[in-house]
Amino acid sequence: MDPMIRLILAQGMLGLNNGVFYAMLSLGLAVIFGLLNVVNFAHGALYMLGAFLALILYSYAGAWVGLDALHIGFWPALILAPLMVAGFGMLIERFMLRRLYKLDPIYSLLLTFGVTLVLQGLFINFFNASGTPYPGMPESLRGVVNLGFMMFPKYRLFVIIFSIIVCFVVWYIIERTRIGSRLRAGTENPELVKAFGINVPLMVMLTFGFGTGLAGLAGVLAAPIYSVSPLMGANLIIVIFAVVVIGGMGSIAGAVVTGFSLGLVEGITKVFYAPAANTVIFLLMVIVLLVRPNGLFGRQS
Amino acid sequence: MSTTTLIKPMLKIENLHAWYGESHVLHGVNLELGEGQLITLLGRNGAGRSTTLRSIMGMVDRRTGSIAINGQEFITKPAHRISPDGRIGFCPEERGIFASLTVEENLLLPPMVGADGMSIEELFDMFPNLANVRKRMGTRLSGGEQQMLAIARILRTGARLLLLDEITEGLAPVIVKTLGRVIRDLKTRGYTIVLVEQNFRFAAPLADRHYVIEHGEVIDTIEAADVEASMDRLNHYLSV
Repeated sequence: MDPMIRLILAQGMLGLNNGVFYAMLSLGLAVIFGLLNVVNFAHGALYMLGAFLALILYSYAGAWVGLDALHIGFWPALILAPLMVAGFGMLIERFMLRRLYKLDPIYSLLLTFGVTLVLQGLFINFFNASGTPYPGMPESLRGVVNLGFMMFPKYRLFVIIFSIIVCFVVWYIIERTRIGSRLRAGTENPELVKAFGINVPLMVMLTFGFGTGLAGLAGVLAAPIYSVSPLMGANLIIVIFAVVVIGGMGSIAGAVVTGFSLGLVEGITKVFYAPAANTVIFLLMVIVLLVRPNGLFGRQS
Repeated sequence: MSTTTLIKPMLKIENLHAWYGESHVLHGVNLELGEGQLITLLGRNGAGRSTTLRSIMGMVDRRTGSIAINGQEFITKPAHRISPDGRIGFCPEERGIFASLTVEENLLLPPMVGADGMSIEELFDMFPNLANVRKRMGTRLSGGEQQMLAIARILRTGARLLLLDEITEGLAPVIVKTLGRVIRDLKTRGYTIVLVEQNFRFAAPLADRHYVIEHGEVIDTIEAADVEASMDRLNHYLSV
């Protein structure tokens, strides 16, 4: 195989691996924005929380209950941590965000920004600010796979495939099921949906929990790849907002497709001009804002 | 004001006040209707007819007074309990068809509120136009199709009390005629109906009683039998 093509494919795979996180996080943001009209700035912090919960379940939880030998591993964490993050998200919605719906959306943005700072502060206080490696990667996902053009870490391949499945399932639930049609209707006209006898405040709380749970899930998936650090979400959320701006708020499929594609673009940019890889997304954001302010998949509002 | 209802009232509204934010829109509405009856709320735009329906559904910021359905008080119920507990179907003035849902999804959206709702097949029999556009998105329907969908949607749920807001507004005469047939059919099937209507010619032959609303209160009540004799009064109320 031509070495150039080989290089592009390899960087593409690594880019796709980043794109996974862009897609899952912007998907959660889009779900939340669609129904609540809230820009959840805390999404990055909840992603960090998911990663830390995985770390805590493995390294600390056992000792806390007096069972030093107990390490709650990756697979249980993949279910438990997102549920815990979702629960935390629902508390934020129920007791904080709900009071702000009648005000300008900027207030809920500021609130979630505050939640971000509190969460980051807490974890910086109790954990190593520069990051702790997650030791719980399952044995079955260690090692590499030969993709023909590169040796690719088995775990990263798992993350890519798993995330594509998750994104597809979420898209399917929202666009093709009864529950999803209620969500979409609630996005359009919550008052009428309520008059039909649907408990909209409950639906809003569960949706916020679901969106934040996705952030927690992404956090668990990220834990074995990146080191678990209090600022891991802060660095990512800026990119995620650029992804959301490019894709356009409120489109489920748009969020997913844009997330994966921008990961790819970032990876492939590395091949041609590596220093630009970190800024290419922002460059695209500027272009999209100038040419199509509603985003590539955005609805005219 | 005297009403000669002999049937036990299914819906009885007393001294209903309603507010949107600071603005006080209803100033003590009183009305009642018995099971299987049809009443209309007549009046000029902005008189408070739609707000009366929206108050029943809990879609105003604040409401006081009494709304009894089958003897049960509804004024303090949370909005999402009103439709299921009262077996009410609401068809809003702007029709409320969801643009991001298909016809079928719109039809299936409202949860069931009673056991004896019409089946999808029955509904497509009643509104044949809808059968051909099942998979179409809500936005891509004509006004008439949207109106039929908005009515079909609440008939599926098993609601027995229907609140219909301006269903003939902006529709072609041939569709208005179809809707008249549908309403008459629903009446023979025993539905109880409140009709907010601008088109008196449409409403007159269907109604058991007319309530005239102005400035947020009922200013006159006219029984169906007295319509002929009250034409002058009615013209006065409804002329702009």
